[in-house]
Amino acid sequence: MSLRPRARETTEPDLHMGSGSAVSLTSVSKVYGAGAEAVHAVDNVSLDVEFGEFLCLVGASGCGKSTLLNMIAGLDKTTNGTVEVRGGRPTLIFQEPALFPWLTVERNVDLALKLRKIDRADRKQVVGSLLEMVHLTGFGSKQPHELSGGMRQRVAIARALAQQAEILLMDEPFGALDAMTRDLLHDEVERLWQDTGFSIVFVTHNVREAVRLADRVILLSSRPGRIAAEFPVDIPRPRRIESPEVGALATEITARLREEVKHHGVQT
Amino acid sequence: MAYRPEPAPFEEELAGLDALEVKTPRARSRARRIWSSLWPKFAAVGIVLLVWQILVWAHWRPKYVFPGPGAAFRSLWDDVANGRILRATGVTMERAAIGYGIALLIGSAIGIAVARVAVLRAAIGSLITGLQTMPSVAWFPLAIVVFRLSETAILFVVVLGAAPAIANGLISGIDHVPPLLLRAGRVLGARGMKAYRHVILPAAFPSFLGGMKQGWAFAWRSLMAGELLVVIGGRAGLGFTLDSARLSQDYPGLMATMIVILVIGIMIDSLLFGVLERRVRRRWGLIEATS
Repeated sequence: MSLRPRARETTEPDLHMGSGSAVSLTSVSKVYGAGAEAVHAVDNVSLDVEFGEFLCLVGASGCGKSTLLNMIAGLDKTTNGTVEVRGGRPTLIFQEPALFPWLTVERNVDLALKLRKIDRADRKQVVGSLLEMVHLTGFGSKQPHELSGGMRQRVAIARALAQQAEILLMDEPFGALDAMTRDLLHDEVERLWQDTGFSIVFVTHNVREAVRLADRVILLSSRPGRIAAEFPVDIPRPRRIESPEVGALATEITARLREEVKHHGVQT
Repeated sequence: MAYRPEPAPFEEELAGLDALEVKTPRARSRARRIWSSLWPKFAAVGIVLLVWQILVWAHWRPKYVFPGPGAAFRSLWDDVANGRILRATGVTMERAAIGYGIALLIGSAIGIAVARVAVLRAAIGSLITGLQTMPSVAWFPLAIVVFRLSETAILFVVVLGAAPAIANGLISGIDHVPPLLLRAGRVLGARGMKAYRHVILPAAFPSFLGGMKQGWAFAWRSLMAGELLVVIGGRAGLGFTLDSARLSQDYPGLMATMIVILVIGIMIDSLLFGVLERRVRRRWGLIEATS
């Protein structure tokens, strides 16, 4: 078994392009509760994520970002509309690493392979190369609590990679980390994305982070969550989060986000 | 052209940050660690023996009724030497192992069933806690009527004493599995029985271990009560030895048997369950690796 490092040439269109999208949401709504107390978390969202695309969803609190991800991951059902996912079950990375504290780093990653019924003989080598991919070689026998927050999140990424999903969903994965660690993990995720050809849907409330990473940024309005605007990001990679181009676009998106929030205040 | 990752400078930064952030355990020798955990125990035993001896010196009760530690340990030494106490311990430990083993099986089965099936929880969930508050000695009259003076009567009460605590430990462990871990497991494909095997049961283990430890304490108490009340010819356990020492006015022997009962209870609690518990807590990062 190999890790399928699919070559990804940024100048040429991906082979999968045109053969449909990795994720298609059609008029998706999600309502929690019923009657007068019903909360419209997501309202009539239609969205395509292309194969190999890095998509960021940004929005203020209550825009239903996490609900959208959970519906794509199959952890939550839609109230209305359809979610279509191609290329196998997506994998989801949470804000917390959600590692199993009773297992070592190695066995946490190994469990993902075991649940996919990979042969024991192959697993050891795959675990080794996955840990190498997230630069954690040598930390395999540690318990999760012995690592820093950023390292734990990288173990979670390795565990997610072990699922060999083609779609990676990330729910504010670096929200709890310090700025320096976060910057380094941006580099790490970008490199993994370029190596593997994943489609990534990345949820964040940090607009700069979204511009630093995404091919396309989707701005969601709050309560109910709707698509308010869409921003293609044409800044060439590799990008730096502190670069003026990233800053300029982030300022533009933030201005639009503020309008959304203000508009919401007037409404209620 | 195949993709070739270039060695990016961020990798060096990352390695540097990792090295700074990984906890380095304080080095402390094993002997020192063991000593620092042992001496307070020795000191405590010493103080108890001293208070006991002072009570004897103060003639709190006549010396033949309330012998001092010296007489008790001499008697203990004799009983060990002539094999009497070892035979009694053997009988008692056999009953303890069988009773506790059955309680472990029944308690675990009931615990999983109640945690999994909502109807069962509504039906007997609170009953299990209720059973735990029932002093197990109170079961003996019924047990003797139903099972006569037999091994079964003793085992029945031992199991009734221990199984509810074990079941409760497992139920509360399963109830308190963090939802995030369940979600993480589901994303990885652990659903149904696989979720139990790979996520829920391992996550519930610390609480289950607590229940097992409590169950042992209940089992040991029930067993001693049982051996005092249910006397079976040719099967003299520690409880019977204790009572026969009282009847034959062998008071040093009575004290010696009590010491044995106490020491066995403590040894299993701290050496077996205590060590297991510490190991689990250390692995989960609930205590510092060196403490």
